[in-house]
Formats: sequence, C-alpha cells, structure tokens
Amino acid sequence: MADALLKIEGINKRFGGLQALSAVSLEIPRGSIYGLIGPNGAGKTTLFNVLTGLYMPDEGTFTFDGQDLFRAKPHKVVAAGIARTFQNIRLFSEMTALENVMVGRHIKSRAGALGAVLRDPRTRAEEAAIRDKAWELLEYVGITDVAGELARNLSYGHQRRLEIARALATEPKLLALDEPAAGMNPRETDDLRQLMAKVRDGGVTILLIEHDVKLVMGLCDRIAVLDYGKRIAEGVPDAVRKDPKVIEAYLGVAHE
Amino acid sequence: MTTNTSTRGKMALFIGCAVLMAVAPFVIGSVLGNSWVRIVDFALLYIMLALGLNIVVGFAGLLDMGYIAFYAVGAYTYALLSSPQFGLHLPFYVTIPLGAICAACFGLLLGTPVLRLKGDYLAIVTLGFGEIIRIFMNNLNQPINITNGPQGVNLIDPIHLGDVTLGKTMQIGSLNLPVVYLHYYLFLILSVLVVILASRLQHSRIGRAWVALREDDIAAASMGINIRNIKLLAFALGALSGGVAGGLFASFQGFISPESFGLMESIMILAMVVLGGMGHIPGVVLGAVVLTVAPEILRDTIGPLQMNTFGRMIVDPENARQLLFGLALVVMMLVRPAGMWPSKRRALEFSDAKAKARAQKG
Repeated sequence: MADALLKIEGINKRFGGLQALSAVSLEIPRGSIYGLIGPNGAGKTTLFNVLTGLYMPDEGTFTFDGQDLFRAKPHKVVAAGIARTFQNIRLFSEMTALENVMVGRHIKSRAGALGAVLRDPRTRAEEAAIRDKAWELLEYVGITDVAGELARNLSYGHQRRLEIARALATEPKLLALDEPAAGMNPRETDDLRQLMAKVRDGGVTILLIEHDVKLVMGLCDRIAVLDYGKRIAEGVPDAVRKDPKVIEAYLGVAHE
Repeated sequence: MTTNTSTRGKMALFIGCAVLMAVAPFVIGSVLGNSWVRIVDFALLYIMLALGLNIVVGFAGLLDMGYIAFYAVGAYTYALLSSPQFGLHLPFYVTIPLGAICAACFGLLLGTPVLRLKGDYLAIVTLGFGEIIRIFMNNLNQPINITNGPQGVNLIDPIHLGDVTLGKTMQIGSLNLPVVYLHYYLFLILSVLVVILASRLQHSRIGRAWVALREDDIAAASMGINIRNIKLLAFALGALSGGVAGGLFASFQGFISPESFGLMESIMILAMVVLGGMGHIPGVVLGAVVLTVAPEILRDTIGPLQMNTFGRMIVDPENARQLLFGLALVVMMLVRPAGMWPSKRRALEFSDAKAKARAQKG
C-alpha cells in the first residue's frame, strides 16, 4: 500500500498487568472505509483511544499523513486530522445541536479572549463563518430541523448523526466511528450506511468499529480483526470472512 | 416597523435603567440613610466578584472554593503600593491594573497544579489555596514586614486623580456627593463593564469551549480543545475580575487585614453564584445583590422584631441572622435547585430531572 493515510506498527498498551494491545500494526489506505472488528473485550476501543490520543501507547510507532503522532495529546491528534465519535455518545448535552457542531469548529478558528471581548470585525466574521459551517454540516447529516434543540433531547439516531456532524466540523482526514450503528434499527442503520458512503465519497477516510458484521462486510474496503489485544487477521472482507482464525475467535473451535 | 419599535423599546428600557441607577444613591440615601448606600456599594463589589467566579464555576464547571484569594491579592497589591506601609503612593491607574494582573498570575499559579483535578478534589485544593494566601498575608510581617500581619494595612489612599478624590465629599454646584455616592458611581461603571465582558466571553468561541469542558472534558479534548489552556484561561480571567474588585475594596475601606479574606467569604461568593443561577449572568448579579442586602435587612429587623413580639431578646440577633440565612439557603435549594434566576436551559434540565424521578417512582 503506497498511500497509507495512517500507519501504526508494534503498538503495545498495558493497563497494570493487563496487556490490552500487543504489537498491533495497521495501515489504513487513503480514501477507504476500514473496518475494525473483534469480539467483546478484544481491544478495539483501546486501540481507538490510542489512535485519538486519549490513551498513551507504551511502545510502537504511529504516523498519520506524514506526521509522527506517537503519544500526542488529543488536541494535537485532532489538529493533525483525526476526528472521532464515541461508543456511548458523548455530546455536550446542555448545548443545542448547532452549538455542538460549533464547538467542533474550535480547531479551525482562532479568536481568543481578547477578540471575544472586543468583538472586532474579524472575530464577528469568524463567528458568522463558524455558524454557517455548523449549519451546513447539520444539513449534510440531515438534522437541521432539530438545530435549536438541546442535544440531550434528540432521538438516538439524531444524536449519532449529530456526533458525526460535530466530528466532521474539525475537517478531518480520518473519521473514526466507534460502533455508530449500536442500538439502531435496520432503517436507521441503512441511513447510516448511506451517510458513511457519502462521507467517504467526499474524500474522508473512515475507520469503523462495528459489531454489525453484515454492515461491516458490505461497506468496508478492508478489515482488521482483533482478539485478545492482537491483530489476528487483515484483508479484504471476503478473505477475512473465510479466515479460520476469525471464525475461531467469533464461534470458538470444535473440540474433538 | 416592528424591529423599529422593538429597538425603540429597548432604547427606552436602557435609558430608564440608566436614569434609575443614576438617581439610586440619592433615593436610597434620603430614604434609608447613607449606610445603605454603602451596602449597595458592597453589593456592586460582590457583583464583580461573583461574575469572576462565575467564569470558573458557572462557565467552565471548575469548583473553586478559594476564590477570595484573588480578591486578597488585588486588595494587598493596591494597599501596599498606595499607603504609608512602604511610603509608596502610586496612582490607582497603576495599582488597580497591576492588582488585576497579579491576581491573574495567581490564578495561573492555582490553575497549573490542579489541571488534573475535578469535582470534590478540585474543591479541596482550591479551598486550601485560599487559606494559604490568607495565612501568608497574616504572617508576612516577619522577618521582613511586608503585609503588617494581622494588624493589616492602614491609611490606604483613596482613589484620586490630581485634585479630584473619591475620599472626600465632592461638591458639584449645589450638589453634595458623599464618599459612598462617589464610589457607587465608580463601582457601577466597573460592574457594568464586567457584565459586558463576561457576557461577550460567554457568547464566543472561548465561552463555547468552556461549556464544552464543563459538559464533557473528554469529548471537548476530542474536538481539539486544548484542555490545559482553556482551564488556565478560565482561572486567569476569573481571577482578573476578583483582583480589580480587591483593589477597589482596599481603596474604599482605607484599611485591609487578612480577616476580610476568610473561607466564609469564599463560600459566600460561591453561594451567590449557585443561588443566583450558575452560568447565567443576570442570575449571578441577582444572587450577589440578594446575598449582600438580605443579611443587612435581617440585621436591622431581627432585634426590633423580637422586642415587639416577645418583649425581650430570645436569640442573639447575630445568631438569629445566621440561622435564618442558613435556613433560607436550604429552602431555596429545595424549591429552586437551579437558582433564583437560572438560564432557560438549566431550568429545563432540572425540571426534566424531576419529571424523570417522578416517573421512576410512579
């Protein structure tokens, strides 16, 4: 793969005596939808948190779009172009949907305390641009009708979409989605699939953790499988589906 | 046309308020006496303090129990640089900004070690910080006498510019303006300024980042907000307003001692923020006014009330005042947990939580 957007090698992460990730390596090609699957407790979310700067890996290398992000702080990771959503939705519940997305523009705007206090024309223009862009993103994910509602009052499906809009507001090169379809009904899942395809077609690479194997197999260009903190398989969906190690991890092996 | 009438309405309201506030000391002074104008002056100082603390507690959600330390830093900066203590008599336009900057530096000093702390732990450390500052002021009379220890600093210069001084009754034509009136106008202008600054900060990129931090710090970090910087900014800007209020306090009183900066004061300011309506500027202003004025009303009424009803003093008025005050706080929190004048969304949140609790019970 010549054009890898994200490349990690030999990532280790321990929590006390627990080896949560051991020597995990991944290469995510630019412009793809990359799936990360594995049984519960396999280390998917840990890897996610390492990739987004919430956890510091113990060893390994982590390069993204030519930048070294090993043990970088979350805001540096976001600045480099990785945005994420959370498994258990983490919106700013007391802010409106629009304000949530506006927070996502933080990294792409500059006004400081002095600008806020003086309200000079530049700050006002920037503020207007933030608002416009946020509105545009709500339109993009299709929830402008609830723009003025508090995030906590939105329906589950809307909250998921809002989280994606908020992440997109940082103009990421890689959008990392942690089980976005969890708890969705088939119709909502289908809408989500379309949204993800739209985001990818817009030039954003997607990293997707998902339990819904059907969704992953149908949507992803490549898949990596984690089990007990190790990468046990990697490849195109069809190959991964047939991999005996993967079948064993998911179904267990028959004892004779 | 409608926008025209509404702007005209706003203008009328604004002018009305301005006139009301301009004549307020004369009305209060002639009806209740000048001691009440003095109480109003203090209410204005507390508005500045409460709005400063509101940035830290209300916007950024960092529970700071040692806020009074910044008031102390501002007050001592003014006092030491404009009093016979060191024989320095720097003008107020140097000492007050300097006090504010010193307070902001102390805000950073407090903020840096507590970056990783949240909730109760943060409260305990900030509480300790407030006490440390007070104890320092109390003991910095040895080996070199800097603060004059528990005796405090005396004969602090009033604010003055050339021949114009706020320390003496001013005569404008036939109009007599006593000291408390002059300070009223100065404090009023600065309070309004602090209100404007706080509300501009609230509705800005920085204000949004603070609320994001308060709501969910992990999500905020994942949105690219530099948590360390935004926390330190909240501490520093909150302290700034406390420092200005401190300088004004020193010049107004003419005397300060460490006693004025105890834990009770910190708690009072926090109570103003919480009781008024955390994060809501009009609520915080209301909280500051009510909590400054109410104890004074109780002070004036409890004694006579007991004499009239029982014919003798049953409870010492000072104790009764504290008791009633505590009771009022408890009742307030039961009846209006979001504060007297919460922002619309907070009020909503509390009523939602109530409805949920009821649904679970039923």
